[in-house]
Amino acid sequence: MPFKETKEELLSLLKQMLEIRYFEEKVWELLARNIIKGASHVYMGEEAVAVGAISVIREDDYITSTHRGHGHCLAKGGKLKYMLAELCGKATGYCKGRGGSMHIADVTKGNLGATGIVASNIPVATGAGYAIKLRGTDQVCLCFFGDGATNNGVFHESLNMASLWKLPVIYIIENNLYGMSVSVERASAVQELYKKGCAYNIPGEAVDGMDVIAVREATRKAVEKARKGGGPTLLECRTYRYQGHSRSDPRGVYRTKEEENYWRKRDPIQSFWKRLIAEGVATEEELRKIEEEVEEETNEAEKFALESPYPPVEELDKDVYVVK
Amino acid sequence: MREITYREALREALIEEMKRDERVFILGEDVAIYGGAYKVTDGLYKMFGEDRVKDTPISEAAIAGLATGAALTGMRPIAEIMYIDFSTQATDQMVNQAAKMRYMFGGKSKVPMVLRTQGGAGRGIAAHHSQSLEAWYVHMPGLYVVMPATPYDAKGLLKSSIRDDNPIVFIEHKMLYGMKGEVPEEEYLIPLGKGEIKREGEDVTIIAYSRMLHVALEAAEALEKEGVSCEVIDPRTLKPLDMDLIADSVRKTNKAVVVSEGYRYCGMAAEIVTRIIEECFDDLDAPVKRITTPDVPIPMSPVLEEEAIPSAKKVIQAVQEIL
Repeated sequence: MPFKETKEELLSLLKQMLEIRYFEEKVWELLARNIIKGASHVYMGEEAVAVGAISVIREDDYITSTHRGHGHCLAKGGKLKYMLAELCGKATGYCKGRGGSMHIADVTKGNLGATGIVASNIPVATGAGYAIKLRGTDQVCLCFFGDGATNNGVFHESLNMASLWKLPVIYIIENNLYGMSVSVERASAVQELYKKGCAYNIPGEAVDGMDVIAVREATRKAVEKARKGGGPTLLECRTYRYQGHSRSDPRGVYRTKEEENYWRKRDPIQSFWKRLIAEGVATEEELRKIEEEVEEETNEAEKFALESPYPPVEELDKDVYVVK
Repeated sequence: MREITYREALREALIEEMKRDERVFILGEDVAIYGGAYKVTDGLYKMFGEDRVKDTPISEAAIAGLATGAALTGMRPIAEIMYIDFSTQATDQMVNQAAKMRYMFGGKSKVPMVLRTQGGAGRGIAAHHSQSLEAWYVHMPGLYVVMPATPYDAKGLLKSSIRDDNPIVFIEHKMLYGMKGEVPEEEYLIPLGKGEIKREGEDVTIIAYSRMLHVALEAAEALEKEGVSCEVIDPRTLKPLDMDLIADSVRKTNKAVVVSEGYRYCGMAAEIVTRIIEECFDDLDAPVKRITTPDVPIPMSPVLEEEAIPSAKKVIQAVQEIL
C-alpha cells in the first residue's frame, strides 16, 4: 500500500525512531560506564509503537507512559538533551533529576508521566479521559502499557469504566512478549491480548508493532472514533525488546538467540528505511544525512547532560507539596 | 447560631464548592442515586447531574486513580471511598501516583484531589468496616490528612481541602455523622494545619482527634470534678500537624496524653508522642502516655469492640497515672 503521508511526515517518523535508537544506545553506553546510575529500561526495538501512535495525536492530547518510557517522552515532544540530563540525575533534566529513567516525562507537553509501577498509570489515563468528557473537548489520551500490565487489576477496572462511560482513551498494549523474564505464554491465560477488551465490550485489534505505519493507521482510526465520542479502543502492538528488562538482565535464561534474531530482522527502523527508498520517497543519501544529524544531536545531548550541574541539595524537599 | 449535623455540614461544603467551581466533581460507590452509604452526597446528583456526581463500579483502585488523572489534567475531583478499610485497594494510586507526581515530575504538575472516606469503630461491623488507618496516609510524603471531629470543623476543613492544590485524604468518622453542632449560615474556611484548643486547662494536655476528641472531652469533664484541669487539643489535620499548638500547651501543663483510635504500633499517637519528646523533653514532668486501639483487629462483638477502642475511662486512668 502506498504511503498516505507527505515526505516531510515520513522523514519525521524515521528521524524520531532514530533519535530513540541513538538515545538508547547512548544510555546503554553510559550505564556501562557507570555514569548513569540506577535502573534504565531501554526501548530499542519498540520505537515504531511510540512514534507511530503519538504521531497521529495533537499537542493538546495526553499520553501516559510506562516504566520503559524514554520513547514516549521523545515522541511527545521531548528533547534528547533534557531527557539524557534527567537520566543522569541532573538539575536540567525534565524532572530536575528527581525522576530518572522510570519517571521521565515532560508533563508540560501532555505527557502525564512514566511510572515505576507496572499498570498503575492505566487508571490515571482513564481519569484524564474522564476530565476530557467533563470539559466536553475532543481531546484524547493514549495510554501505553506492557503485556504484563494486562494481568493487573487496574487494567480491568479501568477498561470497564472507560467502556461504560465511553471515555476518549486509547489503550495501547506494547506486547514485547515478556514481563521482565516471564513470557506472555506463562503469564496470561489469553495469548492474544487484544481479545481482553471483549470482556468490557471494547473493540480490540492486533497491530504489527514493528511497522510504524501500521501502528499509525490503527491509532488514527481509534483516535478518530474517540474524538467523536465513540469510546475506547484496545490496541495490541506486537513488538520486541532488544535488550534485557534492564542492564542486569542476562536474557539468555528465558529466551533464545534465534528468537532475538527473528525480531531483529524485522527491525522497525531498517524496514521503514528500506521502504522509504523502495517507494522513492527519499534516497539513501538523504536518509544517511538524517541519521548523521541524529548522531550529532545525541552527542550534543551527552555533552549537555554531562556538563549540567546536579540539583542543589537544598532543594531536596522542594515540590513535595504545593505551598501557597 | 443554628445547629446542624456533621453529615449536613459535609453535604453543605460539597454543595457550596461544587457551585463555586465547576471543576469540582464527585465519584464513588453509591454516591449518586443512593446518596452515599452515610448519605453525605444525598440528592447531589439531582442538583449537579450524573457526570458530576458519578456512581462507579466497585473498583477502589480505579476510583482513586481516575481522580488522580482528572486532577492532573485540570479538574478538582472528590473521590469517595465508602470505608477506609476499602481504601487499601486504592492505596497504590494514592501513595505512588497522587502523592508523588508533583515531586517526581520536577514540580511541574499538581494533583488537587480529595479522597473522602470514613473510618472508626462503634457500629459492630467488625474488622473490615471499623478501622482507623490514618497512619498509613500520614506516613506518605505528598499527602495531607484531615480528620474533623465536629460539624463546624467538618465543613470548614472540607471546603479548604477541596480548594487546596494537594492530594488530601479526608477521613470522617462513622459515629459522628448524626452529631449536631453550631455551624454558621455564612461561609467560612478553616486553614489546614491549624489545630484548636477545644477545652482550656492547666494540669495536663490531652491531644485527641476525630471521635476521640469527644472521648477526651468526656474524660476532661469527669476529671474536672476531681479537681484536675485538662487542656484538650484537637489537631484537626494530622498532616500538616499543628505542633506549635501542642508544644505550647505541653510547655504549660508539663504533661501529655495522646488519644488515637488507630492501632498502637507506629500509629499517629506514636508520632505525636515522639514529637512531644523531641520538642518538649525538658518541660515534661512525667512520661507521655498514649491511649490507642491495641494490636488487634476490630472484633464484631459489642463487648470486645468497646474494649478495643479508647474510652473515657482509659483516658482518665492514664491522666491519673501521671499526675
